[in-house]
Formats: sequence, structure tokens, C-alpha cells
Amino acid sequence: MDLAYSERHQVFRSELQQFLKEHKDSAPKGRASIGKASDEAKQWQQLLIKHGYAARNIPKKYGGYGAEFDILESHIIAEEFSKSNVRPGHSGDERVVPVLLELGTEKQREELIAPTISGEMIWCQGYSEPGSGSDLASLSTKAVLDGDEWVINGQKIWTSGAQHADMCFCLVRTEPDAPKHQGISYLIFTMDRPGIEVRPLVTMTGEAIFNETFFTDTRVPKDGIVGKRGEGWFVANATLKHERGSLGDPNQTESRFRSLVELMKNETIDGTPLIKIPAYRDRLMRLQARMLTMKYNGMRILTAYLKKEEPGLPRWIVKLQGCELNHQIAALAIDAMGELGVLYEDSPYIRDAGMWQKSYMLDLGLIIGGGTAQIQKNMIGERALGLPKEPKYKQGA
Amino acid sequence: MEFALSEEQVMLQDSVSGYLKGNCSLDVVRQGVAGGITKQADVWQGICDLGILGIIIPGELGGVELGFLDAALIAEALGRAIAPVPFIGSCIMAPVALLNGGSEQQKETWLPKIASGEVVFGVGVTEQIARRETDGIQCSGGKLSGKAMFVVDGVDADMLIIADDSGAMHIVDANASGVTRRALQTIDKTRAVAEVVFDSVEADLLPGSQNDKEPLLKTIDAGRIMIAADSLGAAQVMIEQAVAYAQERKQFDRVIGSFQAVKHMCAEMASDLEPCRSLVWYTAHTVNDMPEETRMLACHAKAHLSEVGRSIAKIATEVHGGMGFTDLLGLHYWFKRVGLNRQLLGSPELVREEAALAQGW
Ligand SMILES: Cc1cc2nc3c(=O)[nH]c(=O)nc-3n(C[C@H](O)[C@H](O)[C@H](O)COP(=O)(O)OP(=O)(O)OC[C@H]3O[C@@H](n4cnc5c(N)ncnc54)[C@H](O)[C@@H]3O)c2cc1C
Ligand SMILES: Cc1cc2nc3c(=O)[nH]c(=O)nc-3n(C[C@H](O)[C@H](O)[C@H](O)COP(=O)(O)OP(=O)(O)OC[C@H]3O[C@@H](n4cnc5c(N)ncnc54)[C@H](O)[C@@H]3O)c2cc1C
Repeated sequence: MDLAYSERHQVFRSELQQFLKEHKDSAPKGRASIGKASDEAKQWQQLLIKHGYAARNIPKKYGGYGAEFDILESHIIAEEFSKSNVRPGHSGDERVVPVLLELGTEKQREELIAPTISGEMIWCQGYSEPGSGSDLASLSTKAVLDGDEWVINGQKIWTSGAQHADMCFCLVRTEPDAPKHQGISYLIFTMDRPGIEVRPLVTMTGEAIFNETFFTDTRVPKDGIVGKRGEGWFVANATLKHERGSLGDPNQTESRFRSLVELMKNETIDGTPLIKIPAYRDRLMRLQARMLTMKYNGMRILTAYLKKEEPGLPRWIVKLQGCELNHQIAALAIDAMGELGVLYEDSPYIRDAGMWQKSYMLDLGLIIGGGTAQIQKNMIGERALGLPKEPKYKQGA
Repeated sequence: MEFALSEEQVMLQDSVSGYLKGNCSLDVVRQGVAGGITKQADVWQGICDLGILGIIIPGELGGVELGFLDAALIAEALGRAIAPVPFIGSCIMAPVALLNGGSEQQKETWLPKIASGEVVFGVGVTEQIARRETDGIQCSGGKLSGKAMFVVDGVDADMLIIADDSGAMHIVDANASGVTRRALQTIDKTRAVAEVVFDSVEADLLPGSQNDKEPLLKTIDAGRIMIAADSLGAAQVMIEQAVAYAQERKQFDRVIGSFQAVKHMCAEMASDLEPCRSLVWYTAHTVNDMPEETRMLACHAKAHLSEVGRSIAKIATEVHGGMGFTDLLGLHYWFKRVGLNRQLLGSPELVREEAALAQGW
């Protein structure tokens, strides 16, 4: 156990702190909006890339900063942005850029990565279908090769941001006769083609975050495939791994918890701050304990990666625990506000611009999206604890 | 940056666990506690021979002078084995009281004897946390009067450290005249807590604790961290047993672990407990390396492990069906160990309040 950072990492941290102090006013406020990045957001991202605080490990030739990957530096960046409550930069789309780097062709990387990390090019993820959610590998949207083009027919759903997207990374069935996991290919294409129709779906928050996306004889270039034909499932799993990493990030949870503490110090009933009222106070303390366990659990995972070991169980539980904890933090914030906590949209008296109600709903979406809580428990039970899979359901049985 | 056990720490824990596995099986525990024994002589001698009783005692006073994380690993192993030994009171809380509040002479007299196992200490601080069924302990003219409840390891103790109403701590001979001791029967037969009544008993004040509550609070912090570690070990065993049973027991022509209801119970237990391990490690580590963080964390570790421990004790029992409810299986020994841990040195609600106060909230 040695929680001290090396000299080099300490310098890295203090430079970053200095940077944040100097530049925090030019950072856009609030959460990143879905869809096109604002000019302000793009400029902020450019500044961060220039200083190596965004797209840090993406090679220079693809528009990144080009530093050697160092997991502690990434950790320090995440921690410091969270602590100072400044909007962090990004490495383009966390789901697709790592896949292109790992498995894309040189041409794909050259054309796609730079505009993605600068925020010019927006992506959507075309995986889920009406008939294929948790059982994603059963997907049926199909693509048939016709000369130099794939011809896509079918429907995707829950496609977040498709209405603003320039590009789609999409799973399609190209080998109908192969076993289900081996018949899928991973295609990338522009969204402006004939035969793509995007119909926004309004979510419970009242905003159209995701969409239904229909493909009717949509033609996309043959070389828009990543990996080989029939390898799409494995390519996609490379991305899901990255996605699971970010859902439940303890830095976010900690910063959310800090906001909750502020709120409970400021909100009062008959002049008494909520943080002083025993029942609320006890709930706050319970959540703090859980937040801390996840924070230290994160340090344990980080250490495993540093030693090039598989973190195992501590890693498996992050999405399940982290998303649930975030949800409960939002729930307490709402309860602490009482009737004020249900104010929404443009209501007078609304606190934090209605952020807590929105979080409470969006967090539920994140408990579901990216592998539901129940699917997480299946994976923990089967892969981490070694419990047997469920017997296959037999037709007619 | 390295958040992990060192090789030596893994070896330490393996050696303690290995010893206990061979020598402190459920059968051994059963036989002992059937006779009302809470300090099993063979097991106590065995861990004494491992040289770990002086785990936090300085080398020049006969100890091994390791850190609190090392001590927590031992406590975890003892919790795993539901070992009937007076480790937390005698080997951790008493040394912390002596090291922080004792005179040089007191340290030189007692610490080597604790480290060698020659003397067992009980520690009575309950009245400073939540006083019940007693008017507390008064000290006048160097003599103690009153009643101390739930004295940790008090039944097997040769010597006691007792906090009086002012928070000052005293060393008392457990067998002195004027001392009346009685074991309080609890659900957990593997450890003993005592009621100790003092009638004007000669006491040796720990001078550093007279006008400073810090030695007392540090003693309590230390006890809480070790209790959390003990619950961690006990809860871990219950999960392992539940998972093993779920892989073996068949109903409806299937092993029950293939039913999602059972699988999800196991997954929930594991995902609740695994991050607790990191909390216990971190908290124990702060005692030596970041003491300013310890108070709040010791409270959280104690309270959170109590909550998670209770939930696991319940669910693991349920996974075993009717078998979980029996004495035959013996799962209830762990259930009860966790049950006692939850209340000792402050139940979760009280301790969370302290965690809030420690942050100025
Ligand atoms: C906010 C949000 C954004 C999203 N964004 C995208 C996106 O951009 N692109 C995209 O492709 N998808 C996206 N999704 C889709 C998401 O990945 C799916 O919702 C998720 O995989 C679950 O699939 P489903 O909704 O079809 O639910 P179902 O799979 O139908 O599940 C319904 C219920 O059944 C349970 N269940 C299903 N199978 C099992 C099983 N084997 N064992 C136990 N319980 C089971 C589930 O846990 C759930 O409670 C998004 C979803 C949300 C909520
Ligand atoms: C206090 C007590 C008194 C009792 N008294 C009597 C009595 O007088 N007479 C008598 O005949 N019996 C009695 N029983 C037995 C009782 O009815 C059984 O314990 C009960 O039916 C469960 O069976 P089991 O113990 O074999 O557990 P199991 O059936 O082996 O169950 C083990 C675990 O697997 C789960 N499980 C099993 N099947 C499924 C499934 N299909 N789906 C999901 N989960 C599943 C269970 O919920 C449980 O968590 C008593 C039990 C107790 C605890």
C-alpha cells in the first residue's frame, strides 16, 4: 500500500491544477449537451488537446496530443477535473475511437479520428433493435453485399443522438447462416444517405434523447467495415468494454456527492439545514460510506491495471454499484428539497436548474442502458462467482 | 501509487488463515464454545506462536511493529475462522490505549506481556459511546467505582483498561478485590463480553488520557476498524458457503445456482461486499499514514460493514434454505459473529452520526 504518486505524477498534477485555475472560466458550464458541440465546447476541447488534457493518448497524426498511454495520468486528469468541477474534454467518442484505433484500417483512422476528437463529427451507436435488447446478438437488421456496397434493411432503436449524428457505427447481420454471434459485422457509414430515416423518441425527461432509426435499401460503401465479415460481435465487445468502464465512474459519483452535501447545507426547513436533520443526515452518511467504498475500489482496479493484472470482481461490479449509487444520491437530493424537489422545467424556485430530477431519470436510463442491472448480476454470478448458466429454454418444452 | 497488499502482507494473511484452517475448524469452535470457552487455549497458543499478538507493538517492547493494515488482515482471518480468541481487545485496543495514553513505565510493563500472550487485557469503553444499564464509572482518589458494560474480551482478561466518566483510562487488575465480573451471554458464543462492577478499586491512570480524549478516541477507532475487518472475513465466508451450496444443491432437476433468483442473491452479496474490502484496507492504512482521515473512516468502516454484514448474513442463510436455519450446518455462528460486531463499540446509526461530526457536519 503506497498511495503516494511519483515525483513525475505530482508535477503532472500540479501543472494540471495550475492550468485549471487559469483557464476554468473558458470551460463551458454544465453537462455536455447531446448532439452537436457548441463552438465554445469545441474551443475548450482544442485548448485541452493542445495541453494534453484531452485525447492525450491519441497519436498526433490523428489529431490527438500523442502522449504515451499512462493510466495514472488519465486517472489524475479525471480526478482533477472532477474535483474542480470543470467540464472535462473527451477523446472523441469513447465508444468508437478506441475501436478504430485498435481494429480500424489506416484510411479509416486518418479520415475519422481527427474530426471526431475535435467535436466536428458526431456518432451514434446502432446496436439495439426492437427485438434485440439484452439479447443483442439476436439482432436481425441485415446487410447484403451488392458490388461495392452493403445494402442495409431493418430497424434500430434507442439510438442516442442519431438525429444529430454525422456517422453511425452499426451492427448488422451479414452471414445469415452462421451461428448468431458469428453472423454479425460492424459497419460505419455517414447518416446522410438515402434510405435512413430517424424518428426521435421522447424519453421520460421530456427530451428526445434517442431515436428509432430505419434502414430501407440503404447503400453504404463496402470498405466501411471494421474487422472482417462476421467478426462484428467481437469488435463491438471491444467497445462495450470501454462503455462499461465509464458507466459508474467513481469520480463522477464523488463529485455528485459533493453537490448533494452543498445542497443539504443550503436547503433549510424552518431555518434548519437539511444536513442537521437526523433522518436526512443518516441517509447522507450511508451514501457517503458507499461512495467511499467505490472510490477505493476504483483505486484497487487502477492498481491492477498498473500491474497488468485482470482486476476481476472489483471490476465486474462497477456498473451495477456505481449507477445505482448515483441514482440514490439524486433521490436523496430530491427528498431533501421536498416539494421544491419536484419543480421542473421553468418553474420559479427551481434549484440547480432542475438538474436533480433530470439526473434521477437519466440515471435510471443508465441502470438500463449498456447492459441492465439484471444482466450485470447474471455476469457477476456466472463469470465472477462461477455459478452455472441457466439451462436453455427449449421450444415446446 | 499502489493500492494493494504487499507480498509480505499476503504471506502474513495466508499464514494466519492457513493455521486457522488446520486448527480452528468449525468442530473445534463448537467443542470449545459448548464448554463456554471464549479463549480457546490451543488456538490462542497457536496464534501466539505465529508471533502476531504484538502486531502493532513496537519492536523494542517485544512486538513486531507492523501497521494497522497488517492487523486488519489478521482480524479478517480471525473473523473468517470465527476464532474464539481475545484479539481485538487485548492485542489492538489495549496497546493503542497504552501507546497513546500510557507512561513509559506502563508501556514497558504491559506491552511486552501483551505481545508474548502472558497477559490478556479487556477493554471497557462502552460508557463513552452509549451508556445503558449503568450510571457509569467514577474515579476518585485513584479508585474506580461503578459498572462497565460489554467490556471487550473482559471475561478472559487478566487486566483491564477502563474508561471513566471523564474519558480518562485506567489499568485495573481484573482479579483485584472489589472487582466483580460476570460474562454476559450473547448470541455469539465465540467471544465474550463482560459486565464488570468496581467497588472502590485501586486503578492506575494512563496519564496521557487524563486531560485529552484523543487516546480514548484512538482506542475506539482502532477497535472499530478491527471489528469491521472481522465482519469482512465473516461475511466473505458466508458468501463462499452460499455459492458453494448453490452449485451443489439440486431442486427441480437443476442446481439452485442456475435459478436467477439464487444467482442474483449471490451476485448482490458479492457486489456489496467486494468494495468493502477496499474501504477496510484504506481505513486501516490511514492509521499509520494519514491519521487525520482515520476517525471519519473508522466510523464508516464500522457502520458500513455492519450493514452489509447483516444483509449478507441474512441472504446467505436464505440461499441454504431450511439447512441455513439449522445448527447442523453451523452457518449461524458467522451470522451471530456479525450480529455481535454490529452492536459493539457503537451501532451503525450512532457511529454514522460520529462520522458526520468528524467532518464538521
Ligand atoms: C438512455 C438510454 C440510451 C441508450 N442508448 C443506446 C444507443 O445509443 N444505442 C443502442 O444501440 N442502444 C441504446 N440503448 C439501448 C440499451 O442498450 C438497451 O435498452 C438495453 O440493452 C436493454 O435492452 P431492452 O431495452 O431491449 O430491454 P430488454 O432486454 O427487453 O429487458 C427488459 C427487462 O428484462 C430483463 N432481462 C432481459 N434479459 C434478461 C435475462 N437474460 N435475465 C434477466 N433479466 C433479463 C432486463 O434486465 C429488463 O429488466 C439505450 C438505452 C437507454 C435506456
Ligand atoms: C423453521 C422451519 C420449520 C419447518 N417445518 C417443517 C415441517 O414441520 N414439516 C416439513 O415437512 N417441513 C418443514 N420445513 C421445511 C421447509 O418447508 C423447507 O425448508 C422449504 O420448503 C425449503 O426447502 P429446502 O429447505 O429444501 O430449501 P431448497 O428448496 O433447497 O432451497 C434452497 C434455496 O434455493 C431457492 N430455490 C429453490 N428452488 C427454487 C426455484 N425454483 N426458483 C428460485 N429459487 C429456488 C430457495 O428459495 C432457497 O433460497 C421447515 C423449515 C423451517 C425453516
